[in-house]
Amino acid sequence: MKLTDEELHELAAKQTALGELRGTPAADPVNVPMIRHWLAAMGDENPAYLERGLAPPAMAQVWTMPGLRDRPKDRSPVDDLMAALDASGYTGVVATNCEQVHHRYARVGEVLTPATRFTGLAGPKRTALGVGFFATWTVTWYAGDDEPVAEMMFRVLKFRPREKKPKREPYPLRPAVNQDTAFFWEGVRQGELRVQSCADCGLPRHPPGPLCPQCRSANRSYAVASGHGSLYSYVVHHRPPVPGRETPFVVGVVELPEGVRVVGNIVDCPIEEVAVGMPLRVTYRTMDDELVLPMWTPGEP
Amino acid sequence: MSGERDVLPELSIDLTPTLVVSTALATMDPTPVHHDPALARAQGSKDIFLNILTTMGLVERYVTDWAGPAAVIRRIDVRLGVPAYAGDRLSFTGKVVSRADGELTVEVRGAVSLGDHAVGAVTLTLPEGEDPC
Ligand SMILES: [Zn+2]
Repeated sequence: MKLTDEELHELAAKQTALGELRGTPAADPVNVPMIRHWLAAMGDENPAYLERGLAPPAMAQVWTMPGLRDRPKDRSPVDDLMAALDASGYTGVVATNCEQVHHRYARVGEVLTPATRFTGLAGPKRTALGVGFFATWTVTWYAGDDEPVAEMMFRVLKFRPREKKPKREPYPLRPAVNQDTAFFWEGVRQGELRVQSCADCGLPRHPPGPLCPQCRSANRSYAVASGHGSLYSYVVHHRPPVPGRETPFVVGVVELPEGVRVVGNIVDCPIEEVAVGMPLRVTYRTMDDELVLPMWTPGEP
Repeated sequence: MSGERDVLPELSIDLTPTLVVSTALATMDPTPVHHDPALARAQGSKDIFLNILTTMGLVERYVTDWAGPAAVIRRIDVRLGVPAYAGDRLSFTGKVVSRADGELTVEVRGAVSLGDHAVGAVTLTLPEGEDPC
């Protein structure tokens, strides 16, 4: 049944209120053959596990995976919400976060039992994949009756896939994606405006580059900018013609509160209303089947 | 805190189809996109790709390769990015970002040709005198 955004939040609150639901205990106790198989597949040569009869902690979920066995699915507070999101058009799914807490390592011979609780629904939010909800839940694996061994928080984005349009002509101007700029374009894909910063002195810099102009460090990091800024300067491009673009268009230099200026098109604004100092916010434009470009639209400061 | 001793050696892993399939088996994950190229492509993927359990396992391996067998993993936090397809190469870099009372936090980045596959932090404890730095 198709639910409104409000009804989805109501369902999420109901599922959260269910608290933790126990699943079926693992089919097999923590065992050496499965550990050995995992270590070989991962290329993990750490001798600690087999010497001490311990499972690699990241294996926690493996013990309770159904695998190819056909077994009844555990009742989980997550399933109803996922089904409701699907029915409401949010059929796309992509995992965004996985966080594990390991209280101790599981020991050979122990039988782990999973328990799942739904912890939150956020959205709808606009992302580069489409509009969607972030759903979060936690699975805890218990040894014996109630000793938690490991916990895993898992977050997925359930999104409304963009309508499949007939294949578009590829936009002729492609950004240069290379080792220096890949983080930026990955951010655009995720609906984030990323600004490179020096991992040593913290200086933000844009456009991205290999070296810090302040301390010469090659250690790089980035911060996610708020996506707000103000117009520092601009030009209106009339000619020559630009492949793939209709003239005239506005190219602006946008000053970000994060301390850098970025170049981008100003859109959704009559050219005569473009003015230095105007508040802007970032927006993402799909140029063709693959390319999304960040642009700037009038917005609150 | 940014001396050379705080930087983990880089680890590059060739994501052969064998690795993608054998880790899918070892993690008990029969989802076809991790072993069936035709099906993965039919669903819009370029090829088969690593499952998340494997990503977590490789992040863990990267850190314990460096920290040694005495290390005890306490937390693994990963933000997931672009898929890690068969035929690509996954390169890990990392550095220690905090250290107190025998507890270390290592920032880890696992990149493939498309960009960041996994970015996160691993917290571990070490018995006294075992700090790899
Ligand atoms: Zn610097």
